[in-house]
Amino acid sequence: MMETIFERPKALADVPFHYCPGCTHGIVHRLIAEVIDELGIEGDTIGVAPVGCAVFAYNYFNCDMQEAAHGRAPAVATGIKRANPENIIFTYQGDGDLAAIGTAETVHAATRSENITIIFLNNAIYGMTGGQMAPTSLVGQVTQTTPYGRKVEMQGYPIRMSEMLATLEGSSFIKRCSVDSIKNINDTRASIKKAFQCQIDKKGFSMVEVLSTCPTNWGLSPAESMDWLRDNMMPYYPLGVYKDVTGGDR
Amino acid sequence: MSKRDRLSGNEAVSVAMRQINPDVVAAFPITPSTEVPQYFASFVANGMVDTEFVPVESEHSAMSACIGAQAAGARTMTATSANGLALMWEMLYIAASSKLPITLAAVNRALSGPININNDHSDTMGARDSGWIQIYGENNQEAYDNFIQAVRIGEHPDVMLPVMDCYDGFITSHAVENIELLDDDAVKKFVGEYNPGESLLNRKNPISVGPLDTVTHYFEHKRIQAEAMKNAKQVILDVAEEFEKLTGRKYGLFEEYMMDDAEVAIVIINSTAGTAKETIKGLRAKGIKAGLIKIRVFRPFPVEEIAKALSKVKAVAIMDKCDGFNAAGGPLFNEVTSALYGRADGIKAINYIYGLGGRDVSVQDIATVYDRLLDIVNTGNIGEVYNYLGVRE
Repeated sequence: MMETIFERPKALADVPFHYCPGCTHGIVHRLIAEVIDELGIEGDTIGVAPVGCAVFAYNYFNCDMQEAAHGRAPAVATGIKRANPENIIFTYQGDGDLAAIGTAETVHAATRSENITIIFLNNAIYGMTGGQMAPTSLVGQVTQTTPYGRKVEMQGYPIRMSEMLATLEGSSFIKRCSVDSIKNINDTRASIKKAFQCQIDKKGFSMVEVLSTCPTNWGLSPAESMDWLRDNMMPYYPLGVYKDVTGGDR
Repeated sequence: MSKRDRLSGNEAVSVAMRQINPDVVAAFPITPSTEVPQYFASFVANGMVDTEFVPVESEHSAMSACIGAQAAGARTMTATSANGLALMWEMLYIAASSKLPITLAAVNRALSGPININNDHSDTMGARDSGWIQIYGENNQEAYDNFIQAVRIGEHPDVMLPVMDCYDGFITSHAVENIELLDDDAVKKFVGEYNPGESLLNRKNPISVGPLDTVTHYFEHKRIQAEAMKNAKQVILDVAEEFEKLTGRKYGLFEEYMMDDAEVAIVIINSTAGTAKETIKGLRAKGIKAGLIKIRVFRPFPVEEIAKALSKVKAVAIMDKCDGFNAAGGPLFNEVTSALYGRADGIKAINYIYGLGGRDVSVQDIATVYDRLLDIVNTGNIGEVYNYLGVRE
């Protein structure tokens, strides 16, 4: 009798992803689905899909999903959670959604300590609209709207969401991860699991930021993109735990 | 002098923007308008314009930045579509009521929900009562020409209102067509310098923009705004006349196609007018007296002119690429029938909602509308007024 050692997570739908080759959305989708399986919460979980490359996220998770308007996922998630406090609510958002048009919703969901989980993919660019500068684009980064590189005097500095949200009294678990290596992928899975556990334990607002690649709009191969992430994003967006008060009385 | 080129609608509008060389452009990407600020960003980066380009974090901020810039005396522009326009809603009204002639490339896309990126007119039709002038264009040439004229119209002292240059997402915005471009110098000369009578940062004449306006003055201010919109009609015609002298291309409040002897007609907006013209050619070949009115200026709405143009037809179908959800018809239908009331009574008018969310409309589809009109003329029986074209029931 053969032993199954690897299979598709039950929470992940058996459909092909629409993402570009080398994009890391697929890895993160899988990690979330694995965590949902491990925690046995598929029937209790409701996801909120963003606007951006992950707009079709509702096609990929075998749980109920709601599509939010651009940037409004944390507010929509707030509504779902307040109506169904026993359900597990997560949003899946990119930097254009979470750190640009939806910054206010993100900050205020955290400051109210809404008991929801945000999975935040930061790839330092607007992917779906074709590679324009995002608030998270690095200084000097070439994008469609900064063809000679982002200049501080014109476009300001990249925003560090994890650090900012960690300063808020309401946030409970904030961690920045990466999916550039096996080690970091495993750490990302453990972090997503911890964020969901934080919510299950009613400890309040949790967010896992995942540094991600966009080979298409960065104009690099998938392998070069991983190097670019390590060489350029990680120094500005250091990995690590920025807030963890899940052990306390919260 | 002019230059022939092959450009998409978005490219053409970004070229117009470059030629105008505005002081400030603040924008946020949204399909299908993204390319306008994107092309423009490259002109900024290449030093081809002197514009401050601000890649803001949302459309709400884009229109707010435009309001601030225009109030400070800068010629200001932006572009958006659908939900982007919806997110600007609050500021659209403030821009209009503050008499700030911002120019907006409004690339028509279906408004969520359900979420959809394709073309219909639900976005700008939703903004029809925001106090903005709305000019619509059938193709790339018209989108380009209207954008240049929009600056002059909005900034006219009798008007001082913001203007939307509306054209169809993907169909016009992304399709590449032959186009005739004006010389850069001709555009610069045509639009001239922006010299607002009043603006912020004028030490000799300090002003406040947008202060609290209670029961004592709010009504009078809205009345002034309404008057400016009335004034816009003549200004639009005057600017069009001047533009015609420069280019030979004639623009009015609407285009009449084969209307001289038309017995049946449709009224339509934007790119589907091109499809309908093909239908009419076929019908005319069979001896059917079919005509078309293509609305160019929706705000201000040319009430008397439309009624006069339709006064000799026996039956008309008003085509809306946007539903009204008033259980009675689409917004264009309401405008046209209200224009006919008391001015051209007795004309049998029906409404068709078509093409929502980008549903394709063919020459044959439009032919079925004319068939229906001919049936109405022959039988005298108008039947259902509020109809749908090409939907699965």
